[in-house]
Amino acid sequence: MLSITNLSYSYGAGSGGPVIEGLSLNVQKGEFISLVGASGCGKSTLLRIIAGLLEPSGGDISFGGKPANGSAARLGKIGYMPQQDLLLPWRTVLDNCLLAWELKRSGSKAAAVQQIRSLLHSLGLAGTENAYPEELSGGMRQRIALARTLSAGSELLLLDEPFGALDALTKRGLHRWLLQLWSSLGRTVLFITHDLEEALLLSDRICLMHGGSLQEIAVPLPRPRHGELIYQPQFMQLREGLERRLYESIAH
Amino acid sequence: MRALRIKRLLHNYAPAALLVLVIIVVWEVIVRFGEVAAFILPAPSSVWAALLEHRTLLLGVHLPATLQEILLGFLLSAGCGTLLGLGMHLFRPLAKAVYPLLIVSQTIPLIALSPILIMWFGYSLGGKIAVVFLTAFFPVVVGTYDGLYKSGEQYKELLLTLGASRRQLLVKTQIPLALPAYFSGLKLSIVYCVIGATIGEWLGGSRGLGYYSRRMAGNLHSAELFAAVFLLSVLGVLLFLSVCAAEQIIVKKRGLRR
Repeated sequence: MLSITNLSYSYGAGSGGPVIEGLSLNVQKGEFISLVGASGCGKSTLLRIIAGLLEPSGGDISFGGKPANGSAARLGKIGYMPQQDLLLPWRTVLDNCLLAWELKRSGSKAAAVQQIRSLLHSLGLAGTENAYPEELSGGMRQRIALARTLSAGSELLLLDEPFGALDALTKRGLHRWLLQLWSSLGRTVLFITHDLEEALLLSDRICLMHGGSLQEIAVPLPRPRHGELIYQPQFMQLREGLERRLYESIAH
Repeated sequence: MRALRIKRLLHNYAPAALLVLVIIVVWEVIVRFGEVAAFILPAPSSVWAALLEHRTLLLGVHLPATLQEILLGFLLSAGCGTLLGLGMHLFRPLAKAVYPLLIVSQTIPLIALSPILIMWFGYSLGGKIAVVFLTAFFPVVVGTYDGLYKSGEQYKELLLTLGASRRQLLVKTQIPLALPAYFSGLKLSIVYCVIGATIGEWLGGSRGLGYYSRRMAGNLHSAELFAAVFLLSVLGVLLFLSVCAAEQIIVKKRGLRR
């Protein structure tokens, strides 16, 4: 689905060394991959490069089996959800989610509305269609932003800490929802998180970002998974190991 | 509900109304008992009397003439200003070329330039609209351009990843976000239009509140002069409130503020 080889990126001259150097990553269709790493290690930059918002300084990217090196070749084809919800305050929840449809005009509006309604329903947001963002809590706004990203219909989704601002309970609910519905949605996800439990529970692979490149860690937990998995000894062990590796990477 | 509204109106406007009342009373008393010559400072009561006496002339001839100049000038300023502001936003080289000139144009005292404008465009409507346009056009351009300049930066990346074109960025986020600044420009502009029309009429012509007030000043008819000024000020306030109302309607429709 997405293949990155020897990618490098640095902010303009005089800003120190490159942020990303010699980074390679292969993402298979339907995979759920988490990116973890210390703050400022370049995770968000990597997602922005993949989304086509930044031009890398070197390396090759191919998307959907075709080379897509220019950022224009990827922009608009890959779903991207930034850290802030960025809902338009003058649009209702439904109109915010309809934005993607309005920009592309593929299919009928009724079908798009129907799809958004069912998305909102499964995200526990039924009945908020006509509310304005300012009337909703931070957690709800974040879920609406997720619904908007999903409604854009891209196969590959880049989510930059989508659940970072949520309270633990809401987060658990969303995890449960993702675990249940993920396979049926057929999307591929690259997911930034600081929550190691979340990374282990949701991902097929975890990529630890450090020094501009990635270390891959497979998650040996069979699917389908359930939310209760986090209380099992095997999970706790994995979590401990992951935390140690993350800590070591930061300490060096 | 109604009582609440009245209470709020009182709360908002009572202090200003009271101050105006006090000023009028003090003014009247000073003129009456201080024996100030009427041509130096007419009493509010004589201004009101002059207004009533000349009401057909003032409201039937001069006010419509001035209003026509203001409205035509405003339409021209708002139209050209919006187009130029938008053009400057879309083509940065245009902004770089035009913005400094615009600012320079505002440092030229218009009153000094106006006789030339009258020479070019004549004593009739054309010359007056030219003066109005030059006074009122600048705030619209600045409101449009500055409103669009920084608006929607934070949404830009998100919309780009959703596949938005430049035109869609403008329509979906930048224009709605620029509306408050745009309307501030329009509000300034409509007030400037009143000033511009008055200046234009002072320079010459045969109709309009500005022309009338100059003629009355020449004849030392101060009460009539003040009556015309009073009408101009009322006109300005009403026009300003109309723009505010238009803003309310449009902004409300867009759900920006509810």
